[in-house]
Amino acid sequence: MEAYINLFIKSVFIENMALSFFLGMCTFIAVSKKIETAVGLGIAVVIVQTLTVPANNLIYSFLLKEGALSWAGLKDVDLSFIALMACIGVIAAIVQILEMVLDKFFPALYNALGIFLPLITVNCAILAGSLFMIERDYAFGESVVYGVGSGFGWALAITAMAGVREKLKYSDVPQGLRGLGITFITAGLMAMGFMAFSGIQL
Amino acid sequence: MSSTRQFLDKLHPHFAKGGKFHTLYPVYEMVDTFLYTPPDVTAGSTHVRDAVDLKRVMTYVWIAALPCILMALVNTGYQANLAMQSLGLTSAPGWRGFILNLFGFSPYNPVSVILHGALYFVPIYLVTIVAGGLWEVLFAVVRKHEVNEGFFVSSILFALTMPPNTPLWQVALGISFGVVIGKEIFGGTGKNFLNPALTGRAFLYFAYPASMSGDMVWTAVDGYSGATALGVAALGGVDAIREAGIAWWQTFLGFERGSLGETSTLACLIGAAFLVYTRIASWRIMAGVMLGMVVTSTLLNIIGSDTDAMFAVPWYWHLTLGGFAFGMTYMATDPVSASHTNAGRWVYGALIGFMTVLIRVINPAFPEGIMLAILFSNIFSPLIDYAVIKVNIMRRAARHA
Repeated sequence: MEAYINLFIKSVFIENMALSFFLGMCTFIAVSKKIETAVGLGIAVVIVQTLTVPANNLIYSFLLKEGALSWAGLKDVDLSFIALMACIGVIAAIVQILEMVLDKFFPALYNALGIFLPLITVNCAILAGSLFMIERDYAFGESVVYGVGSGFGWALAITAMAGVREKLKYSDVPQGLRGLGITFITAGLMAMGFMAFSGIQL
Repeated sequence: MSSTRQFLDKLHPHFAKGGKFHTLYPVYEMVDTFLYTPPDVTAGSTHVRDAVDLKRVMTYVWIAALPCILMALVNTGYQANLAMQSLGLTSAPGWRGFILNLFGFSPYNPVSVILHGALYFVPIYLVTIVAGGLWEVLFAVVRKHEVNEGFFVSSILFALTMPPNTPLWQVALGISFGVVIGKEIFGGTGKNFLNPALTGRAFLYFAYPASMSGDMVWTAVDGYSGATALGVAALGGVDAIREAGIAWWQTFLGFERGSLGETSTLACLIGAAFLVYTRIASWRIMAGVMLGMVVTSTLLNIIGSDTDAMFAVPWYWHLTLGGFAFGMTYMATDPVSASHTNAGRWVYGALIGFMTVLIRVINPAFPEGIMLAILFSNIFSPLIDYAVIKVNIMRRAARHA
């Protein structure tokens, strides 16, 4: 249990997807103008990440890994070279299915998240979550915790970013830096604040 | 009318629109409003009126920093002379030695001590003022806004957080980063989201760790190695501090190694009392920081650890070690980068206190935590305000539904 808590804290703060690895930057910067939308996107990312990382974990460990197909009698087959493609496919498929399920059974939630779900398919933080999981050899339980944690960390970062950007509405940025420029600098300064966690060993 | 006023009035046409130096008007305006309260008053109807304006607020903060400046002079010199005594040195090298050799290097001679401290503090402060002020005036002239006294505060606070042995070019670089990236590119005082002085300090900390941390930088004597009390505690807890011959009251009064102005908790508390009495700093933030620190450190005391001695450090040591008191008094209460709602200030303060202890105890990479804790909480302060306002809206809606 303690190992799971440590992994969660590590994936939220120490290895924050957005502010330590700078992953998912395009949506991080594009959809962080308002806190409400940022929270919506954040929730969508948490949900998708929680589903895709364990799903990819199952697919990888029972189909793709070296020797994974031994249950089918194919002991020497190693399909790990298509892991990258498989992850992308799985993410796209899961997002599609999730969208349809939400549309059918939870229309209110679908309307709240609707615009963000397709965006998530191309969010590299999601793909990175699955690839990190493969690289670090997480077991199934760990992959669930890591999925929740990394998604939550990203959501926390984009919500804080939106808060700062709402405050910066009253700023007076020099002409050439307005828009993307100042947003990049803001993200960099926020990452400096998140350095507080770098070095913690769990 | 005084002669200074008359002199300024005589100069005014040269700097006003159409005058010879009208591009330098911000500089004239800065001097004028620093010396005299500006006559401008609000004309509209919906304004909160107050006798004190932003410029006086900033001047008050500078006055509040005076005890720390005094302690910076005394303690820096005292530590340096003490170190020279233990090394058996009887003369200092360079231009400082030229002056200091006249007065000797006894740690118990107040003239020698204060002079030694001043010869380290004053150059750092001057470089901060010149380098930062240059950027400030440049931005004010080009962007046609007033030079704000905010820099007056940032500069003294930045200088006080420097270790005594910092190379002066790094001081200039740090304050430049703090003023330009931390503040001016957002539009100047009141429009930034991080504390400018701390932004510059953190930049230096990560860019030049060798001259911002370690054992060599805390005493104003070249080649003298001595860890700060907090650095000692990080290795062996309170017992190690006592073994090093440092008592609690010593860290409370500020006679220990550390950054220039951060060592004395007493000086910071005097400054805090002044700021709270004049109602310039929020007592809620200070109380929140204190509360967060006490609760977190007590919690860690109870949890305990067999391997890490920092777990057992009680809250009254956390209070006096390192820059906690300085950060709580002057940095956390920065009205621009802190939370703006009263409930939010409690949360914001508590987050700082919590993070400070967490970084000090759990993170082996950094012995000191208050700087990064405040920057981290700056990031979340708009979000805290947002949550407070949302909760209030919900409560009122429920009441009137």
